Amino acid sequence: MNKQRPVNLNLLTIKFPLPAIVSILHRASGVFVFLLIPLLLWMLALSLGSPSQFDDLQNTLTSAGMKFLLWLFLSALLYHLVAGIRHLLMDVGVGESLMGGRISAIVTMICAILLAVLTGIWLW
Amino acid sequence: MVKKLTNIFSLSGNGLRDWMVQRVTAVIAAVYLLFIIGYILSHTNLNYFDWQALFANPWMKVFSMLFLISLGLHAWIGMWTIFTDYIKSVSVRLVFHVVTLVALLAYFIWAVQILWGL
Repeated sequence: MNKQRPVNLNLLTIKFPLPAIVSILHRASGVFVFLLIPLLLWMLALSLGSPSQFDDLQNTLTSAGMKFLLWLFLSALLYHLVAGIRHLLMDVGVGESLMGGRISAIVTMICAILLAVLTGIWLW
Repeated sequence: MVKKLTNIFSLSGNGLRDWMVQRVTAVIAAVYLLFIIGYILSHTNLNYFDWQALFANPWMKVFSMLFLISLGLHAWIGMWTIFTDYIKSVSVRLVFHVVTLVALLAYFIWAVQILWGL
């Protein structure tokens, strides 16, 4: 490999086309969901513990802060799911072309935003 | 030396196998999540007894364990990929790998306690 080739790693001047943004958000949402696994397990434990703990959890989740955190978590999870389905489709040969990748990136973004809005409507 | 330290924390030590496990566990997790979402959306005013009965069902316990094992393996491969891509220092990266591994094992034990306590 030519060691003298021009290299640009300046994040401020690199252009990020939509497929690149969809890809990096898939990673970021995965990390975010991973970090919130304890929250998920805590909610599962409370919801299955006893009727009073179930009610406690429901009351906790009515606070604005918890609702927002839950919305962030669900939005990230649904984004990861949609972007993951895009990857699986590409693995079986659907939308592997440059044009296909661009179109599926747009579809992924639209679906994810729609799901985030619907999750918000459902929570509030 | 560096190459070996990169590989010792990969799930299977084989890139193609990791890739396959990542896909299979993704499908299992997706099916489980869609089922849970469908259940919650179709049960408005969900109460404790229905919810508890769902997870106490032996089939659901198997399904839940399958999901949790898949989530653990999927997260392991995903985090491994991200750490090896972005963390250049081998010693720092090893710390991240170990912390992730211990966290995932602890979560798994916690989840078993929750589900088998039913």
